Amino acid sequence: MAADNAKSEVNHIRRMTTWWIIISVVVDVLYWILVGPHVPPGRMTESAHNNQTTFNVLMVAALPVLLGVWLYLGYAVVVWGSKRNSTESVGGEAARTNRKTQVSWIVITSIIVVILAGYGTVAVIEEHGSGGGEGPNPVWSPSGAAKAETAALAGTATWSPGSKNVLPVQVIAQQWKFTYRYPTFGGFESDQLVLPVDTEVAFNVTSLDVIHSFWAYQLSIKADANPMVNDVAYTGIQHTGSFVVRCSELCGIWHGSMYNYGKVVSQSDFMNWATKTETANAANTKLLPPFAWTYVPDANGANGGLYPDGNKTPYSTVEVYGSKTPAS
Amino acid sequence: MTISAERPTAVSTTSATPPALSGTWTQRPGWMSQHLGTAIVAAVLGYVIGHWFGNYLASGYDYIANNGQNSIADALGLMFGVVGWLLGIGALNYPLAKLIGREGAKEETIEGWTKYFRYSLDHKVVGMQYIVGVLLFMFTGGLLAMAIRTELLNPTTHVFSPDTYIKIVSEHGTIMMMMATSIIVGPLGNYLVPLMIGARQMAFPRIEALSFWIFVAGYMVIFSALPYGGFPTGWTGYAPLQTQAGPGMVSYLLGFAVIGIGMMAAGFNIAVSIINYRAPGMTWSRVPIFVWSILATAALLTLATPVLFAGGLFGLLDRTILTAFYVNEHGGSSYLWQNLFWFFGHPEVYIMALPGFGIVGEIMPVFTRKPLFAYKVAAAGMIGVALLSFFVWQHHLFQSGINPDMRPLFMLTTELISIPTGFIFLVGMGTLYKAKIRFEVPMLFAMALFFNFLIGGVTGVFLSDVPVNVTVHGGFFVLSHFHYTIMGGLLFAFMAGLYYWLPKMTGRMMNSRIGKWHFWTMFIFFNLTFFPMFIIGLLGQPRRVFTYAPRLQGLNDFSSVSAFLLGVSFLIFFANLMWSMFISPVKAPANPWDSLGLEWQTANPVPSYNFERIPVIMTDPYRYSEENAPAFADMGDGSGRSPSTAGSSQA
Repeated sequence: MAADNAKSEVNHIRRMTTWWIIISVVVDVLYWILVGPHVPPGRMTESAHNNQTTFNVLMVAALPVLLGVWLYLGYAVVVWGSKRNSTESVGGEAARTNRKTQVSWIVITSIIVVILAGYGTVAVIEEHGSGGGEGPNPVWSPSGAAKAETAALAGTATWSPGSKNVLPVQVIAQQWKFTYRYPTFGGFESDQLVLPVDTEVAFNVTSLDVIHSFWAYQLSIKADANPMVNDVAYTGIQHTGSFVVRCSELCGIWHGSMYNYGKVVSQSDFMNWATKTETANAANTKLLPPFAWTYVPDANGANGGLYPDGNKTPYSTVEVYGSKTPAS
Repeated sequence: MTISAERPTAVSTTSATPPALSGTWTQRPGWMSQHLGTAIVAAVLGYVIGHWFGNYLASGYDYIANNGQNSIADALGLMFGVVGWLLGIGALNYPLAKLIGREGAKEETIEGWTKYFRYSLDHKVVGMQYIVGVLLFMFTGGLLAMAIRTELLNPTTHVFSPDTYIKIVSEHGTIMMMMATSIIVGPLGNYLVPLMIGARQMAFPRIEALSFWIFVAGYMVIFSALPYGGFPTGWTGYAPLQTQAGPGMVSYLLGFAVIGIGMMAAGFNIAVSIINYRAPGMTWSRVPIFVWSILATAALLTLATPVLFAGGLFGLLDRTILTAFYVNEHGGSSYLWQNLFWFFGHPEVYIMALPGFGIVGEIMPVFTRKPLFAYKVAAAGMIGVALLSFFVWQHHLFQSGINPDMRPLFMLTTELISIPTGFIFLVGMGTLYKAKIRFEVPMLFAMALFFNFLIGGVTGVFLSDVPVNVTVHGGFFVLSHFHYTIMGGLLFAFMAGLYYWLPKMTGRMMNSRIGKWHFWTMFIFFNLTFFPMFIIGLLGQPRRVFTYAPRLQGLNDFSSVSAFLLGVSFLIFFANLMWSMFISPVKAPANPWDSLGLEWQTANPVPSYNFERIPVIMTDPYRYSEENAPAFADMGDGSGRSPSTAGSSQA
């Protein structure tokens, strides 16, 4: 009798574990092959692809955990439910402390968690922040980014098809619209976001009033827009197509309708659009404040002496707040 | 001056005369008594005086005269109103008496149903009062949630104006968060902790009663936002929008300050009680797991809330006297609010998770008839979560422009906190191993917590990963994550606790058939409401929006209809509550669940002094696996009975 009991005791755990391993492997493989490539945000940019891959890795790790606990709970309910609602005590092996289980649980969960954290760290560093806003002093940037950004502020940044330069684009958020300035094309401001394919883009996100968040969904860029702060996010664009930009930080009444569409086009198409818009908007661009990372509207109105002279931030010799000369 | 903790000592008397206790409850002649009515009157008076005073002080200033709104008058009105409320209920009688050098009035027990409307110092009365308070918050917040889901039925047809909608969203979030903070600590913590540790009272009964009455005052302050025009910032109150907002913002800032006082008071009181008032023989390894969870929660309440209080105060100063704590353009920083808020905000959500774990840990051994598996790991896990929760807050700020070097650090700490959080699963699964599970309603809710919190917790790991965070932050994915953990975890545990302990607290059983209907509808529709939201979030819908991509309408509608049905399940709950407590009550046996817990060893109904004699704890609390285990505590009444099986053996 005891031998039978011993056999059936081992069977519970072994039975569950066997099923668990089989189902987990099958589900994981199916997920990776069938679902993984279609997971948001897609593969339009390097950061999007990276974020998609990281999501898939996490999911492959999470699915066995979910399945394991669900299987166990289901098994417990079916096999160990008391049919007669009895209050009979359950003694024996089931009631004893099991040091081995506790230790293995703690060790295994710790290992998994540390590995995932390490993987996430590598993923975010390798992809230059993976599309997330890095603040005014980014630590992980693609090569050429710092040069392009400094040049943008000095007004000397250029971009042309095939130049492999980083394209700085400024995103200005205000209640309740995003506008975009292109320092490499004279600093014109447009409410259309057009980008060239096969280019590293540096988004410089700032706000004129409250906190917004620039979320370009298919580009997998998300950077909060704070007033008087320049939040930099990078990505490398790989495919053409259109994308949606939504504000993802509550910014007031019309937060829900603060969105626009953008598109990624070929490099020559982009060049055409940019130079044409630069010329067409030249008169307006002259009226705008000079290109700067942040803009501080004056409470007294728009009559000169508006913008403080550029000040170096305490922790960077590169990024500068405010414009360099006041508007005339 | 020596400070002596007035520790109640076991007094050997017959059961006829309650032991004398020093200085407790008050009863004045009827016309002089203070109750809810006087509190309301005094609050209104206070509000009027404060508002007038604010106008007197500040309406001369240009910026107020030109603005058309006087935040100083609003703030002072609300503040004086709260003080009036406290004066009216009698919470300040003792401190004021001491202030002028007199002895506090000698207090006796309040009897009868009026005690629930008075400043009662009996922790059991405070617990019952909290149940009503918490349910009030919950139903208000729930109605607002129904309004939100109605608006989201269609991306182009709008039920509310954008202005109204954002106020509804903000009010829903804030009320629910305030409720969730106290939903278990308030009713069940206050009622049960002294009973579970074998004490006659909490360490500071006046502070305990104050925490309840200020909780209600906080509700009224946050609710006052609506007549003031609401506030547009969501429950997170981010800075420049906060400074820009209309008068309702003052209700938000002050509401948090007021509730914060209650939270700090409750936490402090509970922690001191648990540390100092445990019955003889109750070593730390014999403390019930629910008490451990409340202790960890109390530590968080006491230590994290001051930061919110200060942060809210800065916001109030920014709005009223034009300081610039959060105003970038004048040398302040919008990041300051974010960091202060989330430094509180993250321990806050663990304040919401831990008591749920405690309840589940307490309930499972009763319905599996086995000891709690890995009790020490469970307790260590709770302490670990509480400690680590102070080191993770910047994961709310990954994309906000913080120093990028911080992000891997906070990713690591956030991932690490999932380890002690996972311990409750080890404990739960171990306790279920080869058990004899009784599927009573409390057990159903406890098991549902495991299902829900698993999803909530795992999605938390996704959010903690910085690359994935770029996709999922600020959208419906994170919204669903926290609804799964807070609602799926905490609220289900609250229901488990209510069904489990209401027989003790009221002497009446909750109807188990209606209870099962309640459980299944709540569980199924909760999952149907919030699971699609993960997908909606991944497909790009941000939070707090009134319009969305048309292709997402199907999912949104599915979620909305399920939400309405979830609302129906709460009506079923309410119906059960009314039916079982008032309309057709069924008398509960002394120990309906056959629990070994000390709280079940008290007489029915629990007398105001809790125990005739302070029990002496003999062994650990979960000896369900032994048929004739020694009693958990020696109640000193000579019966020497072993309370292991049928409750009918108890007189």
